[in-house]
Amino acid sequence: MPDRMFLAAANPWFSLDYIRSSGNDLISALGQHLYLTFASVLIATVVAVPLAVVAVRVRGIATPILVTAGVLYTIPALALITGLWPIFGLSTTTVIVALAIYSLLLILRNAIVGLQSVPAEIYTAARGMGFGPTQILVRVGLPIALPAVMSGIRLATVSTVGLVMIGALVGHGGLGSIVLNGFINNFYRAPIVAGTILTVALALVLEWLLSRAQHALTPWSQS
Amino acid sequence: MTELISWFTDPAHWTGSNGIPVRVGEQLAITLVSVAIAALIALPLGISSGHINRFGGTVMNIANLGRAIPTFALLLLFASISAIGVGFTAAVLALILFAIPPMVTNAYTGIRSVNESVRTAGRGMGMNSGQLLRIVELPLATGLIAAGIRTAVVQTTATSTLAALVGGGGLGRYILDGFGLQNTTLVFAGIILVAALTGIMELVMAGVQRIVQPQGVSRTVTVT
Repeated sequence: MPDRMFLAAANPWFSLDYIRSSGNDLISALGQHLYLTFASVLIATVVAVPLAVVAVRVRGIATPILVTAGVLYTIPALALITGLWPIFGLSTTTVIVALAIYSLLLILRNAIVGLQSVPAEIYTAARGMGFGPTQILVRVGLPIALPAVMSGIRLATVSTVGLVMIGALVGHGGLGSIVLNGFINNFYRAPIVAGTILTVALALVLEWLLSRAQHALTPWSQS
Repeated sequence: MTELISWFTDPAHWTGSNGIPVRVGEQLAITLVSVAIAALIALPLGISSGHINRFGGTVMNIANLGRAIPTFALLLLFASISAIGVGFTAAVLALILFAIPPMVTNAYTGIRSVNESVRTAGRGMGMNSGQLLRIVELPLATGLIAAGIRTAVVQTTATSTLAALVGGGGLGRYILDGFGLQNTTLVFAGIILVAALTGIMELVMAGVQRIVQPQGVSRTVTVT
């Protein structure tokens, strides 16, 4: 009986002692979480935007690109991360590549929709003003598509923050590693709750920052 | 590749408690129970807030907050609650919260997207609030509501792979076992099965969506 009481008292959901003693671990896990999120969303953006430009310009290529990205998207993150492990090993690369593939579809789909939403008259007007193809893309097409691209990046960022946690299975999951270690360590609740709350907070803060950035970058757009 | 083929053609992998039919059944059971319970919460919430045209912002915000909550953490959190423990229940509870957002937002948007003039016409015909919902709004919103359910089913089918982390069984079992044993064949067999099951659910739900859509409604929607 005393044993049971001791156990119950020793495993609280919130523990200041835990936060005091493991604060540094939490901060470095948060840092890794941010790094993995940024790296994978950045790679996805750098690949998705040019791909969207090609998809919109070359006739009949948009559908195959979207279908391929859609099929990759249906593979659960757990499967993608463990599936890439034989190639990249237990490294951050495995997590970043897997999550970049995940973000790719979200950004690609929005970028294609954004570029396709540019009315044909606007292109005609731009040509009439003497713009070349590159100028039309950089000064007309991309700015008009920017709000849609930003929405895709926001969506990708929020979902990536959650998915990074699964990287804990290959030893690089940011706050997910904190949560998984707590779970494996006999359901040690304090790290499970602290890691979860910090992850949700990170997702909400990044979403808020990106929505501010979107407003600042596209003052002409109401969305 | 040849190893994968021999894995799938090995009759031992098609029987017993770790056989493909049992694991597929577990994955489907977790998915369908979670989505069904989530639908009981999400659809009335989305439909009623759309119908009375209030609390829309709150409903959408809660749905967005739900998307920010990581399923991985929720699974481990629920399994750490003594009264729940590891297994089916922990997996279902986490996936209910995962399945709610797409259904609640689509139900709300579906009802709100009904043309105001159609609503006025209904009222002009003497319909009360309940009749307006049943006869006018719900049939016109069926397409979007069904699309929300379809998204929830497909995404939950894929994500319930995580259930294996908390002893919930399912196809994630192959992936985690393969990973633990450093057996890439088993990992890829699991991935192929999950992808195939997700694809089949997508097709099944697309069919269901076509069946539940009232005849003539899709045409009316595009015209208005």
